[in-house]
Amino acid sequence: MSEAKIQIKNLYKIFGKNPKAAMEHVKNGVGKDELLEKHNHVLGLKDINLDIHAQSVQVVMGLSGSGKSTLIRHINRLIEPTDGSVTVDGDEVLKMNEEELRSFRRSKTAMVFQRFALLPHKTVLQNTIFGLHIQNISEEDANKSALRWIERVGLSGYEDKYPQHLSGGMQQRVGLARALTNDGDILLMDEAFSALDPLIRKDMQDILLELQDELHKTVVFITHDLDEALKIGDRIAILKDGIMDQEGIPAEILLNPKTKYVKDFVEDVNRARVIKAKHIMSEINGQDLSGAMPIDQDDFIDRFIDKVISDKPDNLVIQDKHKKNVGFLSTQKLSEILKR
Amino acid sequence: MSNFLTDFPEMPNKQFREFKKGVDASYKDFAREWGDLIDAMFDPLLKMLVFFEKTLIATPWPIFMIVLLGLTYWGSRSIKLVIGTFLAFVFIGYFRMWDETMSTIAIILTSVIMSVVIGLPTGIAMSRSDRTQSIVTPILDVMQTMPPFVYLIPIVMLMGIGKIPGLIAVVIYAIPPLIRLTNLGIREVDKEALEAADAFGATKKQKLYQVQLPLALPTIFAGINQTIMMALAMVIIASMIGVKGLGQPVLQSIYNQYFTKGVLYGLAIVIVAIVFDRVSQSYGQRIQKHRSGKIV
Repeated sequence: MSEAKIQIKNLYKIFGKNPKAAMEHVKNGVGKDELLEKHNHVLGLKDINLDIHAQSVQVVMGLSGSGKSTLIRHINRLIEPTDGSVTVDGDEVLKMNEEELRSFRRSKTAMVFQRFALLPHKTVLQNTIFGLHIQNISEEDANKSALRWIERVGLSGYEDKYPQHLSGGMQQRVGLARALTNDGDILLMDEAFSALDPLIRKDMQDILLELQDELHKTVVFITHDLDEALKIGDRIAILKDGIMDQEGIPAEILLNPKTKYVKDFVEDVNRARVIKAKHIMSEINGQDLSGAMPIDQDDFIDRFIDKVISDKPDNLVIQDKHKKNVGFLSTQKLSEILKR
Repeated sequence: MSNFLTDFPEMPNKQFREFKKGVDASYKDFAREWGDLIDAMFDPLLKMLVFFEKTLIATPWPIFMIVLLGLTYWGSRSIKLVIGTFLAFVFIGYFRMWDETMSTIAIILTSVIMSVVIGLPTGIAMSRSDRTQSIVTPILDVMQTMPPFVYLIPIVMLMGIGKIPGLIAVVIYAIPPLIRLTNLGIREVDKEALEAADAFGATKKQKLYQVQLPLALPTIFAGINQTIMMALAMVIIASMIGVKGLGQPVLQSIYNQYFTKGVLYGLAIVIVAIVFDRVSQSYGQRIQKHRSGKIV
């Protein structure tokens, strides 16, 4: 696993008149509802610790009011925390002065917003180069880079249209192109696809995954949709009432939900489509592998389940892409996992 | 003691007379001391006003007409409005009101320029700080509700009768909507658009010029439109302190009961107002073309 690109440590955010005083109550174990009722402060985030690895997609999931949008805004410091630390590439974001923060935002991060946040008086092209424009990069260079991304998100021919003339899906493509044109390592996506129709949302998810395959950015993706989280997340963090309930790879969260909240969340998921063979295999430990069916470790269960049902092998042997045996899975364990 | 309930416990007559005398005297001293300097400060403004007035009057009427109609078309892109403007100014010229109309247009131009120069930065400052807003708002309330005749008195005491005092009176009367609407327009700018600008590392100045002002422009433009209208309304009152133009004949007509003259000049003011209003409004709508339109 690569090292942490973004490190969030003991992060607290309390909204209200006197957050420092309210901090004491929170540290003494006062919960969100009680804090609001008795002390008239809103608990945004409580003791968040999260390492986000370079070149991976970190999903932060939770229902509305869980603090996920607050959390993502701490990474580029659109919101000031009450307490804690956020480091990016080892630099403490919260200690930057205005100038340093501005140059950090310009060079390292780019953000995509739930409601697109495009500038209505600028054309698609002008919106796309906005990040470069405010850095006084020459129009020619900015346009060259912008046009490339406009093409990549499939908006060629719309460069001179205004955002109001585009559908929601197309507007968010502009939002994505604007973020990519900025060329930071970190892509912050705040419920970027939540406002879109399901089919268009699926399109956008596919575009993002395709781009990520090539660009390997560090993506922080906020969503309230578990299917979306499982589809694009390398790791998923689950937030509830400002507290992080669980964090891990998708399969881990599905197979071992830590709290009732997480359990409720993952209950109805079709596991076969999310869990790969390597997530559930055990070590090879002298088992009899004769007659075992070979399975690729990166295959999802639903890719090999049909064959398992028709051939009825007792055991499966899991192989890596060089056909080397790396793990073992009994059919019985597989059926237990699918039944659970 | 029974009087206490029926008569309000008021200031004794003698003290009140002295109070008025004292305030008047000190203001007169102030006017004597500073009047010339303040006059001198406004000199560039007077020059600008006189320049506009002379240029407009000296311009041959066909040229003025062509320029005006050209501007009308450029602003509105409407042939109907161009024809209407043409007929309106034919009416003004034929009924011998051309020069007065030019004087009035000159003072409207000057006072609108002055209102924008003062009002826009004030509105921006108000939008940036609640404190500034809470200080400026009551001042604007006073400017909008105080009868203009009342503030004409100190202006005339300070600067005498003439163009500049008239101009100041017009600006005081006409500037509040521009300030209010600039403030409102900027405060109403979509928070997400601002957040996006922040997230991409925009400076305060870049946010103002590239996000806030452009997005507030329609509202600011409504303010400028209001300012033009109010300046025109004030021209009559300002004529009482020596502003030349369409107001003076109206004033004469009131004193002498010249019915026809009064109506004609009144109509001329209405015409100028309608032309300015329609042109500035359709220009305002045209510059925000990007707001309308269908989804492709």
